[in-house]
Amino acid sequence: MALLSIADALKLAIAEEMRRDPLVFCLGEDEDIPGGMGGAFTVTKGLGEEFGYERVLNTPISEIMLAGVCVGSAMMGMRPVADLQYGDFLFCMMDQLVNQAAKMCYMSGGKVHVPMVMRAPCGASNRGAQHAQSLESFFTHIPGLKVICPSTAYDAKGLMKQAIRDDNPVLVFEHKLLYGSKRKEKDAISTIGEVPEDDYVIEFGKAAVRREGKDITIVANLMMSYKALEASQLLEQEGISCEVIDPRTLVPFDYDTVVASLQKTGRLMIVHEDTYHCGWGAQLGSWIAENHIFLLDAPIVRVAAYDVPIPFSPILENHVIPSKDRIVEEARKLMRV
Amino acid sequence: MSKLPNKEKALGMYRQMYLIRKYEERIYYLFLEGIMPGTIHQSTGQEACAVGMLYDLRKDDYMASTHRPAGHDLAKGVSLRGMMCEMFGKEDGCCHGKGGAMHTGDVEVGALVANAIVGGNLPIAAGVALAFKMQKKDNVIVCFFGDGATNEGSFHESMNAAAIWKLPVIYVCENNLYSATTSIALTCNMPNPAADRAVAYAIPAEVVDGNDVLKVNEAAAKAIKRARGGEGPTIIELKTYRHGGHSRNDACQYRPKDEEKHWFDRDPVKNFRDVLISTQLATEQELKTIEKAIESDIDESVEYAQNAPFPQIESALADVYWEGK
Repeated sequence: MALLSIADALKLAIAEEMRRDPLVFCLGEDEDIPGGMGGAFTVTKGLGEEFGYERVLNTPISEIMLAGVCVGSAMMGMRPVADLQYGDFLFCMMDQLVNQAAKMCYMSGGKVHVPMVMRAPCGASNRGAQHAQSLESFFTHIPGLKVICPSTAYDAKGLMKQAIRDDNPVLVFEHKLLYGSKRKEKDAISTIGEVPEDDYVIEFGKAAVRREGKDITIVANLMMSYKALEASQLLEQEGISCEVIDPRTLVPFDYDTVVASLQKTGRLMIVHEDTYHCGWGAQLGSWIAENHIFLLDAPIVRVAAYDVPIPFSPILENHVIPSKDRIVEEARKLMRV
Repeated sequence: MSKLPNKEKALGMYRQMYLIRKYEERIYYLFLEGIMPGTIHQSTGQEACAVGMLYDLRKDDYMASTHRPAGHDLAKGVSLRGMMCEMFGKEDGCCHGKGGAMHTGDVEVGALVANAIVGGNLPIAAGVALAFKMQKKDNVIVCFFGDGATNEGSFHESMNAAAIWKLPVIYVCENNLYSATTSIALTCNMPNPAADRAVAYAIPAEVVDGNDVLKVNEAAAKAIKRARGGEGPTIIELKTYRHGGHSRNDACQYRPKDEEKHWFDRDPVKNFRDVLISTQLATEQELKTIEKAIESDIDESVEYAQNAPFPQIESALADVYWEGK
């Protein structure tokens, strides 16, 4: 058992898979230039030395090409793991992700498949509107893509290894403030945790209950799962007991764990850093309303980023992103219903 | 004059060109009769491009096509029956009815699912070529695109990557002078939109008469040899012309009549037939026998496809994710 940050757990997962399977390779801009950063957040630093620069490809800044090369090589049996530096750049490669990667298996009548991993660092971190978005909901809308969002070092290794072994395109959303890498980010949370050395994977579609409780079920991903835990500690002192569930993967989504929790609590709060309008919380909320409305003792509450681009000024950014205080306030209101 | 191939190859090429011509002709009539669903983008007039480029590929080499894929697919070896059934949306189609006219293909014979996003197949072909290189295979991929695709960002990103990594890919621009209804002269300042840009990536390029199957085949042979030998990509720009409109609703009223006449007089199928006769590579009787057999194959495929079953409704919900066959 080693103590690792998420950045190092992801690196370990990629390295283990590259050792296990010669068809796995990684690629991206600044992927691992000697003396460079190893992507933007150190995840791939040092892999070139072990695996050589034919399996650790430093690419041009060409997002369409990057994604297209993943699609083409994956169809020929390779298992590319691409790094995007910032998830906001996903929009530069939308055709390749949405029209190509997601549809190849279907359009071919199931004759080809596209086992590729696209890593997208996400989340607001005082960088302004184009290096800040949480875009995971966007991609949950596309049949053919899988979407995952690890928030602990243990999950990061297990989910990344599963993503590399999955036979479909997988988007991995990694929060910049959760990497815990040596490159210190302001407001970052230390995610250093125990990561087993053995070869384990975490099945997609299995949520994790981060904290047990009996009054409110809070479903929160990535950074928000930590904010929800902090809020829960405060609320506990007021006699409000929160159960915090981290879905870990959004496609596929583990509805069962949420339903089981609602059977105890009867109250649902969803927290995400993605925007409110059509965020993944809207899907979860409507699904619960359609299928289990009689489990609910109160209206569903969604706490999400306001529907604005992410502003730079720290005071503005902190206002737009859900805070511990907002979660506490909404929870108090929810208990008064 | 190009060096003549041996008789077997010459007749093989003619067979494919005639098959494509008659296939597209039959599809056109099936549409006019209202029997066939969907839309069509026909390759009539561009047969020499497909056959000349693909004839010498191995079965385990690959080909990436566009929204105008029928000629490429037939020349790469997708079965006539699989093509025709796909056009009718039938279970026996090469994509089990899920692809349609713009997405025909069959990886069993190295034909990727055709790509209906202009320029969408260019980076994918680079990825296929990268996989060949990483797996130390000597395979190559031929990637077709139109003149319009040269104005896409994906063109420039893909050429650059293919060049720096010396990928075994042959990028083939079928320059039929029009991007849908817009003349390429209006949207590109260079006479050869693909070949003239090759210098920007230090990729060797060649401009070839795309209506002369032997000239196309010569250029293909050189490029395939380069790619297989690890020397990297080639850009080939084929000057050609489509005989019909961009798609089923296009009556081609934007094309000057004298331009059409110039190109229609240089019909690739008819011209190659004349070459075969004049050089005594084939007799009139031999060609007629070939033509008759193809026409009968097409009749058979239409009849088969019309009577073939549609896919099960439930299959609409399958294959969204790979189910590990």
